[in-house]
Amino acid sequence: MGAGSLIALTIAAITFSGLAILAAKLITRATTNKQKGEPYECGVPTRGPSWVQYNVGYYLFALLFLIFDVELIFLFPWAVVVKKIGWVAMIEILIFFFILFTGFLYAHKKGALKWK
Amino acid sequence: MWSLQNIADKVHDWLYLTFNPTLAMLFEFVIIGALAIGLFAMLGLILIYMERKVSAWMQLRLGPNRVGPKGIFQTMADTLKLIVKEGMTPDGADKLLFHIAPFLVMIVAMVVLAPLMFAKGFQIWDINIGVFFITAVSSISVIGVLMAGWASNNKYSLLGAMRSGAQIVSYELSAGLSILAVIVLTGSLKLSDIIASQENGWWIFKGHLPVWIAFVIFIIAVTAETNRAPFDLAEAESELTAGFHTEYSGMKFALFFLAEYVNIFVVCALGATLFLGGWMPLHFGTNTQFNKVMDYIPSVVWFFGKTFFLIFVIMWFRWTFPRLRIDQLLHLEWKYLLPISMINLLLATLIAIMNWHF
Repeated sequence: MGAGSLIALTIAAITFSGLAILAAKLITRATTNKQKGEPYECGVPTRGPSWVQYNVGYYLFALLFLIFDVELIFLFPWAVVVKKIGWVAMIEILIFFFILFTGFLYAHKKGALKWK
Repeated sequence: MWSLQNIADKVHDWLYLTFNPTLAMLFEFVIIGALAIGLFAMLGLILIYMERKVSAWMQLRLGPNRVGPKGIFQTMADTLKLIVKEGMTPDGADKLLFHIAPFLVMIVAMVVLAPLMFAKGFQIWDINIGVFFITAVSSISVIGVLMAGWASNNKYSLLGAMRSGAQIVSYELSAGLSILAVIVLTGSLKLSDIIASQENGWWIFKGHLPVWIAFVIFIIAVTAETNRAPFDLAEAESELTAGFHTEYSGMKFALFFLAEYVNIFVVCALGATLFLGGWMPLHFGTNTQFNKVMDYIPSVVWFFGKTFFLIFVIMWFRWTFPRLRIDQLLHLEWKYLLPISMINLLLATLIAIMNWHF
């Protein structure tokens, strides 16, 4: 099977979830009531908007992730051929890791990995 | 001999002989879709039942034992209950994103099944970048989670989604690096090649130290990636009610739940393929008598046996370790697992180049 199977699987997932939601919608009896649509926050009325700007801690981790994820993408093709190429590839990746590790230590020293 | 490969080949040949190519391909797609949906439903039923029974066993309880013999129909009864429940949408929600999110999560869970090798020669698509495909596509589910959490207009949901995002994104790195340790040894990203390379022994046996370290890191990382306890901060019940799916009810909630269990299955299947030899039977060197007995067990049983063993281990974790705090969780990844797995990758490279593995 080729790439077409991905389309088949996507359509299967959409039909499966769509049919399940549709069936539930047909069976259930919807009632309306003033308090039903309120956000569930354990019975206490919501204060202020929920769509707020978020803690910068997560943002720093996302930024670091971006750097390391790109590094991971570079490593995948390297990993496939490293056995054939041998020592040259090993030395190249040592240099690559050295640069990366320096950056990582810099981030560590700057306190980017510390939870505030 | 009876095998899934023969059946698949026969069906394929028959379809292409009977109909014209376009129609045959269409029928094949329908069969694949139906099989995938069937697998989804079965996995949902089995894994939820297993989860309950394992938890009950670990806590010296009986678990579900009323609906059907040994309570095996309990999950079905629960599914019926969820169908009858009304699917609510909160007033302030972003309607479009709120409705799309469960679909996105389900699509990701299903598309990831494509490169998995369920038995000898039984695979939907033997893509040459199989492992990469799985890691790449499964990380899309973060978008579904963030979407669901943001669209709900609920603070618990937003908090859960943010935590889940930071967590999945962080642990993906060490999961990827531990996968690479095996890729370096095999030199291929194709799942069938990786399994074929383990014919004379699984990587966990012949890969020395780096593969063991990689295996441990992989299990920890996938436990975190699938939001399982002890890393279940995204839906920590005692803090956030249900995390990103607090506002979901009825069938949409069921879809999130199902996708979560299928994701556990997929990562465990990947772990079984990379480290435990996929469908390869257990062989002991030159002990032909033993090997013959092991060969007699069908490959599909081997694959699902290994996968379910890993799933059991992950369920075991849940009742063994207390939940981590978010800063502890991120420290574990960035200060320990990531540097360890980077050095481990270099070690694996050294062993691959020097041919020290068996």
